[in-house]
Amino acid sequence: MAPGLLKIYMRSNIRWHIPIFLAPAVIVYTVVMIFPLFNTLRLALYSRIDQERVYVGLQNFQTLFGEGVWSEQFWNALANNLWFFIIHMLVQNPIGIALAAILSHPRLRFAAFYRSAIFIPTILSFVIVGFAWKLILSPIWGVAPSILDAVGLKSWFAPWLGKESYALTTLALISVWQFVGIPMMLIYAALLSIPEEVLEAAEIDGITGFSSFWRIKLPLILPSIGIISILTFVGNFNAFDLIYAAQGALAGPNYSTDILGTYLYRTFFGFQLQLGDPHMGAAIASAMFAIILIGVCIYLFGIQTRLRRYQY
Amino acid sequence: MIQKSLLAALVGVALTTSTAWAEDATLIIESWRNDDLALWQEKIIPAFEAQHPNIKVKFTPSAPTEYNAALNAKLEAGSAGDLITCRPFDASLALFEAGHLSDLDDMESMGNFSDVAKSAWQTDDGSASFCVPMASVIHGFIYNKDAFNELGIEVPATEAEFFAALDKIKEDGNYLPMAMGTNDQWEAATMGYNNIGPNYWKGEEGRLALISGKQKLTDEGWTAPYATLAKWGDYLGDGYEAQTYPDSQNLFTLGRAAIYPAGSWEISGFNTQADFEMGAFKPPVQNAGDTCYISDHTDIGIGMNAASENPEAAKAFLTWAAGPDFASIFGNALPGFFPLSEKPVDLEDPLAKEFVSWRGECESTIRSTYQILSRGTPNLENDTWGASVAAIKGTSSPEELGKKLQEGLDSWYKP
Repeated sequence: MAPGLLKIYMRSNIRWHIPIFLAPAVIVYTVVMIFPLFNTLRLALYSRIDQERVYVGLQNFQTLFGEGVWSEQFWNALANNLWFFIIHMLVQNPIGIALAAILSHPRLRFAAFYRSAIFIPTILSFVIVGFAWKLILSPIWGVAPSILDAVGLKSWFAPWLGKESYALTTLALISVWQFVGIPMMLIYAALLSIPEEVLEAAEIDGITGFSSFWRIKLPLILPSIGIISILTFVGNFNAFDLIYAAQGALAGPNYSTDILGTYLYRTFFGFQLQLGDPHMGAAIASAMFAIILIGVCIYLFGIQTRLRRYQY
Repeated sequence: MIQKSLLAALVGVALTTSTAWAEDATLIIESWRNDDLALWQEKIIPAFEAQHPNIKVKFTPSAPTEYNAALNAKLEAGSAGDLITCRPFDASLALFEAGHLSDLDDMESMGNFSDVAKSAWQTDDGSASFCVPMASVIHGFIYNKDAFNELGIEVPATEAEFFAALDKIKEDGNYLPMAMGTNDQWEAATMGYNNIGPNYWKGEEGRLALISGKQKLTDEGWTAPYATLAKWGDYLGDGYEAQTYPDSQNLFTLGRAAIYPAGSWEISGFNTQADFEMGAFKPPVQNAGDTCYISDHTDIGIGMNAASENPEAAKAFLTWAAGPDFASIFGNALPGFFPLSEKPVDLEDPLAKEFVSWRGECESTIRSTYQILSRGTPNLENDTWGASVAAIKGTSSPEELGKKLQEGLDSWYKP
């Protein structure tokens, strides 16, 4: 750069290096995330009438939330999705925390083996997990009925994936089995980062064993638990793969396993004789986006700011 | 100088390769029949390429349940193949109306087909045809002949005989009476409701009356099949609620079940899988001597992508596909998919012959929900899946199901 130019550059107040360094990330993010997102929101405001794309304002959302079959299926999918999330919060995360607490126990042998074994399902593809569990639970070829038979509990077996009342819970538990490794790993890392001195000081004060977990460790890992909850929330409300792999796009039996993801897929791309409707599909996608946005905001402003952090 | 001649050589190479490419058109066929991959690669394509040495054909199927979605996305993006295997009725009609499929009325060989055969791929007023009809499938029941002989059961012709046979098989206990599950839902509607239904709603008569609004889904003819399906539940295997379509196929071909509610498309798969003798019987009628109706459903056509880069080659393929050579290869290589051309094709497979012989004895119709009635939301076909499952499980009465379906249909369809 010529000395004169440099001088001009130095004199101007705009610090050009900031936009220049930000540009690559901003451009890539805009092209692959921001633009598609806003285009989806825009698409939701249109409809196709006689091969013409027509602006219809919020009519698609009106249909989705309040009209006949559309809204019936939407609220059904939302309720199922909520149940899917509740199971994860009540089963996956407590088990993950408990496993992490056990694994971080200094006298546990083979901890590395258990850790890997529990984490491995997480890296498997949804298709494999869905198919494997479908086979395990199959009333015809599955091992589940024969195992139950061996311990004399054959009468407990039911074709869980085929019953309306059990199918969603069964799938949620399969998903828990697959992903329990993630909260376990995150909490495990948080537990390891608690300094020995804190625990020793507590021990001197007479806090040991279980009460050391409840009164010392748990408050210290609360921020990690918050992160896990929000990850679970986002993951569950975006879920699709497992249900699709195990039950198909119609999320049977009788839509009892239909969640927002499968509803979106069926609407957007169409299914069997049902033709795809990109505009209603975009409306569902926008609704999903809003739900996740609201959930994350409640967490960020309502919960995270109130969490106490400790420095050690 | 050297550079110049090198450049000339490069240009020359580029030119020759590009002209060679223009002559050797490559056609890509989109299809949902991934089961037929071997047949296309080993029989149909070589037969066509032998007659048209400068056209290469590639068959690129996708999974049946994903086909429509994948195809629509590909067509929108302009990356779809030259030839499109057509689903019957609205899915293809929508593609034609969106300008993705070419009008084929000027093709002379379309004259080889009857109006009924073409109806699945025409505009509602019949003014334009956009797919060459390839095949239809016929519904019925396939049975294990060994099992029937062992138990001394005659092939049932009436409903009473049908349930008597099921009772006998159940009593004996060696075989599962009937192999069907409700997990995938569509079998209950396709192999259940639309298999036995035409005998109740009198085939085309009832189907057309439903479209014109003269009959309702709450009428006796449309709810009675659900009442019959409700009786099926007792004869299906333990845990049939979670039994999938491949489970049912395997149960039957392993010889564990005696009767399989079928579509004729199963024939080729069953021939290779089952090592016992199979027979077929048509949906039983209520009283001996009643006119029988069968579902002879136009199922596959093939059309041309309007955006194809090789329209001439694609037309050549379609002309060939409408002719007798293709019909005879297709009909015999895929027993169970019956060619629709007016000239009858000699079939060799005994099971396929049995199925196709019903065309002479009974009145043919197509599946009740496919034409026009599945255009809106809620989708009548998808709803019928759910309703048939509910009927078999016994969670709703036939009258409730009929009422629910009719309400769904009324919400968007005015005859």
